[in-house]
Amino acid sequence: MSVLELSYMPGCTLKTKAKNFETTTLRLLELLDVQAEELPDWYCCGTTYSLASDNVINQLGPIRTLVKAKESGREELLVLCSMCYNTLRRAQELVRSDEEKRSKINEFMYDEETDFSGDEVRVVHLLTLLKEEIGFEALKQKLLKDAGDLKVAAYYGCMLLRPREIAVDPVPEHPSILEDLFAACGVESVYFPFRTECCGSYQTVNEKQVVISRTRAITESAVKNGADLIVTSCPLCYYNLDAYQPKVAEATPGFRRIPVMYVSQILALLAGLEETQDFNLHVVDPRPVLREKGLIGKDAVAAGEGE
Amino acid sequence: MKIQLSRQALLSELREQVRDLSEQNLLACYQCGKCSAGCPSIEAMDVMPSQIIRWVQLGQIEKALKSKTIWLCAACQTCKVRCPRGVDLARIMEALRQLVLRENLHYVHPNMISKEDLEELPQIALVANFRKFTP
Repeated sequence: MSVLELSYMPGCTLKTKAKNFETTTLRLLELLDVQAEELPDWYCCGTTYSLASDNVINQLGPIRTLVKAKESGREELLVLCSMCYNTLRRAQELVRSDEEKRSKINEFMYDEETDFSGDEVRVVHLLTLLKEEIGFEALKQKLLKDAGDLKVAAYYGCMLLRPREIAVDPVPEHPSILEDLFAACGVESVYFPFRTECCGSYQTVNEKQVVISRTRAITESAVKNGADLIVTSCPLCYYNLDAYQPKVAEATPGFRRIPVMYVSQILALLAGLEETQDFNLHVVDPRPVLREKGLIGKDAVAAGEGE
Repeated sequence: MKIQLSRQALLSELREQVRDLSEQNLLACYQCGKCSAGCPSIEAMDVMPSQIIRWVQLGQIEKALKSKTIWLCAACQTCKVRCPRGVDLARIMEALRQLVLRENLHYVHPNMISKEDLEELPQIALVANFRKFTP
């Protein structure tokens, strides 16, 4: 198998709060003969797409990153974070479809020597890469472990699906890319009605009550439908759903906690890459469930545990 | 709630600004309420998202600007994708926030955020919050 080479933009949070997402993905991609080259000079994506018609300045960050990706000579730019994916794709669509804004944006590109017209780089999310370029079957060939009767709740959140033009699934109202991925890897996923609902997003900064309420609704729905774990690919969904569970538990008698993991963590465990995970980064510890299902060793001490 | 309708309100500059900043056809909404039904923040709102667009239609922009609702939007786009009339309400919410923020008013100020939150919260949450709630 030849090596697939693409540019990679991690974004801010994968280097800090979401380390598990980055380390497990990069090891997994190595295993799949994908070479993800981090751009030497990427910019903040802005995290949330600016919706005001005249707010062109907020598009400069993502567009500068796309210019760097074009300059790298590689055709594709891999992103893992859902918020990076959303802002990069939407900024790209804007430049592609709006000539007036494209020229305005280009006027701000003082240091960039390359023009960008919107379609020279393909922004590809990890899920799309796995589905369309690597193929779920090829991924399955690399897996060593059996997930047994593990049941996961595949949680999409908003940024991978809305708006429709940039969705990672052809049916954003009723997506199946995550469930299809798990099915191909022999992992059962449960349907739960909150899988495409919002976690409260950046309201986590000053409207904690909103996020408490969202986390309660989403996690309770996953538990009620029989899930052992919630699996996501968005670092902000991950944070809200994981870190808020103690707060939800305080206010909700009988609340059952459920661990939250990145999709790449599960895949890495199935591929036998246990050492790539730092379980201390979880608020709700996934180790008891993972041990019970045979995904981590009964007595193996994972990074940092039991010190 | 009593609303005084007037020709001036309907033709006001503020209403035009909302239309231009959001690039939405404000009159397209027929008040079905689907946006309010799907909104993840609704329980914390003082008025419903569908009421906000009704106010905007009727030129009652100042009322909308004083509501807490516009600051509870998480830009999740659920209202936009469900609207049978193709209205992007998230853009109207953004336009309304911009009218306040462009008076150099902060809805959130970095000084208001606790040290604990600054250490704990992922950067994407902080950056997004500042993007939406600071001038």
